[in-house]
Amino acid sequence: MRRLRSPATVLAYIFLGLVFIASVGAPWIAPHGVSEIVGRGWEPPSANALFGTDTVGRDLFSRLIWGAPVTMAIALSATLLAFLLGGATGMLAGLSRGRFGMLLDRMNDVLISLPTLISALVLLSVLPRNTFILVAVIGLLESTRVFRVSRALAAELGAMEFVEVARLRGENLFWIIRAEVLPNALTPLLAEFGLRFTLAVIFLSTLSFLGLGIQPPAVDWGSLVRENKDGIVFSVGAALIPGAAIALLAISVNLVVDRLLERSAATRSGR
Amino acid sequence: MNDAPLLDIRALSITARSASGPIRLIDDVSLTLARGQVLGLIGESGAGKSTIGFAALGYLRPGLQVTGGEVRIDGRDILALSAQDRSRLRGARLAYVAQSATAAFNPAHRLGDQVVEAALAFNRLDRSKAKKRARDLFAMLELPSPNTFGERFPHQVSGGQLQRAMIAMAMCTDPELIVFDEPTTALDVTTQDEVLKAIRNVIAASGAGALYISHDLAVVARVADEILVLRHGRAVEHGATRAVIDTPREAYTKALLDVARRGGSRSPEAGSTPSLLSIEGITAAYRHGGTILHDVSLSLPEARTLAVVGESGSGKSTLGRVVNGLLPPQAGTVSFQGRTLAASLDKRSRNDRREIQTIHQSPDAALNPRQTVGSILVRPLGFYFGMTGKRKQARINELLTQVELDPALAKRYPAELSGGQKQRVCIARALAAEPRLIICDEPTSALDPLVADGILRLLRELQESRGLSYLFITHDIATVRAFAHEVAVMHLGRVVRQGTVAKALSPPFDDYTGRLLAAVPTLDNVS
Repeated sequence: MRRLRSPATVLAYIFLGLVFIASVGAPWIAPHGVSEIVGRGWEPPSANALFGTDTVGRDLFSRLIWGAPVTMAIALSATLLAFLLGGATGMLAGLSRGRFGMLLDRMNDVLISLPTLISALVLLSVLPRNTFILVAVIGLLESTRVFRVSRALAAELGAMEFVEVARLRGENLFWIIRAEVLPNALTPLLAEFGLRFTLAVIFLSTLSFLGLGIQPPAVDWGSLVRENKDGIVFSVGAALIPGAAIALLAISVNLVVDRLLERSAATRSGR
Repeated sequence: MNDAPLLDIRALSITARSASGPIRLIDDVSLTLARGQVLGLIGESGAGKSTIGFAALGYLRPGLQVTGGEVRIDGRDILALSAQDRSRLRGARLAYVAQSATAAFNPAHRLGDQVVEAALAFNRLDRSKAKKRARDLFAMLELPSPNTFGERFPHQVSGGQLQRAMIAMAMCTDPELIVFDEPTTALDVTTQDEVLKAIRNVIAASGAGALYISHDLAVVARVADEILVLRHGRAVEHGATRAVIDTPREAYTKALLDVARRGGSRSPEAGSTPSLLSIEGITAAYRHGGTILHDVSLSLPEARTLAVVGESGSGKSTLGRVVNGLLPPQAGTVSFQGRTLAASLDKRSRNDRREIQTIHQSPDAALNPRQTVGSILVRPLGFYFGMTGKRKQARINELLTQVELDPALAKRYPAELSGGQKQRVCIARALAAEPRLIICDEPTSALDPLVADGILRLLRELQESRGLSYLFITHDIATVRAFAHEVAVMHLGRVVRQGTVAKALSPPFDDYTGRLLAAVPTLDNVS
């Protein structure tokens, strides 16, 4: 049975498509350069500056487009890192009984019990400021959540008899993960990937808003909110536009993830 | 009062919508049921038993549609009622008992509150009267300390007790029609016996009519006055229980009866072949639990079948896990072909692992849903024998042919196979390793009787042609009689009786074996 996509999901796909185009083609699409001054500060929207200008007179629309690849690339690589790290250790912990699995569990418990934002602030203010460190910190902190999902999936699948058959045959843990467990865990992990990606976008934006993320002159959506936040006092809504972009991105990814989950639920019950 | 029968189903047809057009599930089935009567609906899975049971309650599963006929309760067509009237009728006068009691109870609430819930809502009983009625029912169903039984939570009672509590829940509204949908299928024989007795007693006491749905003819024969045999949604045969069993008219009914009767044991020759597997003084426990096996010793001769029989919790599956190395025992040894095997799987050689294979109860869980039949079978060939390319392909065809499957199935996924086909794939996977011993852990209990019979026949042929030995774990005495050479009866982790099937399963019995055998429903001990 094929269900029609809801209008909201269609809009989500469209918005993600636009963000993707902006991320790939920023230099060609953006009407103005990233630091180009096109008018006075906080001008209202006009033909020259579609969303108005920012605090020092740069085109907000262009800066939003320039910020898209930065936000997307960092969020994506941080999420990938989180999945490589948390996914692999989670699978190992879920499948290996005894001390080793227990050790991984407790280590993850320790990491997960630290408040993410505070750990990130501490780490980022001590470590040198560059993109790699930023990706590594976000990835590490997110990986603790991925660990839990992946561990639960592995433990559930590990109890299945086809895994027992593989153990009885004498297969090693790596083969069991690759051939027996991973193919069955893929759909829920993909859905989790979407969710984690959304949270990585928000996390990065939060860090940039606090001044610990992307450093000028580079720009991302979170730093755009920060630069323009003072306008709110003078009822200039410039900060709301990048804020809305972040919110839309998060909602869109969530809708698409829901759709994926629905599909995987349908194939599961069809078994 | 009118004289219309309690339940009157006339020429009922039900179809299911599907991508490839409507599928007819129920085709022109008629039946009537009077008060105080029990009608057994019997057939294999997919025969439409449950669909009819639900229709009698005026319920259709999503996607189903009545395309003809009617369902009358006391002369009123229940399918034509408004949703509200129907729900009132159901709540007060109809009841349903499902297969799995664990799914029917909310684990967070006490049993007593859940049992009286419907009675409070539909019969307008006040709480103390409803509770009193529940206590009476608990007593009638022979539940322990009926006055306080309702205070317990679902996890605090055994499976058989929970099943009886569900019957109490159904009976609490004092219904006139009860549909039992395989209420004892998930239970082991001794528990099943208690529950069947309880069902008969409460039906007799209440004067309600009942539909009893089961795939097990012997079970139905014990409770039903009449039997209706269904196949592919059609009524095959209908008559009084005794008549259907003694003089079946249809070939299909005869086939079902043959499977249920399957009495004659195998040739009693034993002890003539040397011992292949011998287990000495095994004591085993799981890490977080008491001792499961106490000083168990057994031996299995070459090319023979040793059945290990007992109710759930007797430790028979644990014994299988000790033999295949999944659970290293705390004491005792397992010897195979005269050598002592390493206790833990990690220390056993590849060859030892190859020669002892395991077939599980549920082929659904034992086959990876993301691998094709071909890739499931290919792995042991490459792993144990290093086979490649054409030889591998030829061997897969050979294996599938051996288990009587079409080699073309190699491209299919497990979800595209029937239960019996899946179990055959599991057997083929075990054969791919060219084992000497196969541990069969209830390999037929998840299958329909005719399909199960086919699997047992296949296993027997393989034993004769390749000299395989089986350690056959089961709770089904009929299977033991038909299939095994030797038997060990287990109770609470100890072997209470062992020997050849002919000797061990005939009197004089020890207490437990006697009880176990008496609990088995057969077509001969129908009251």
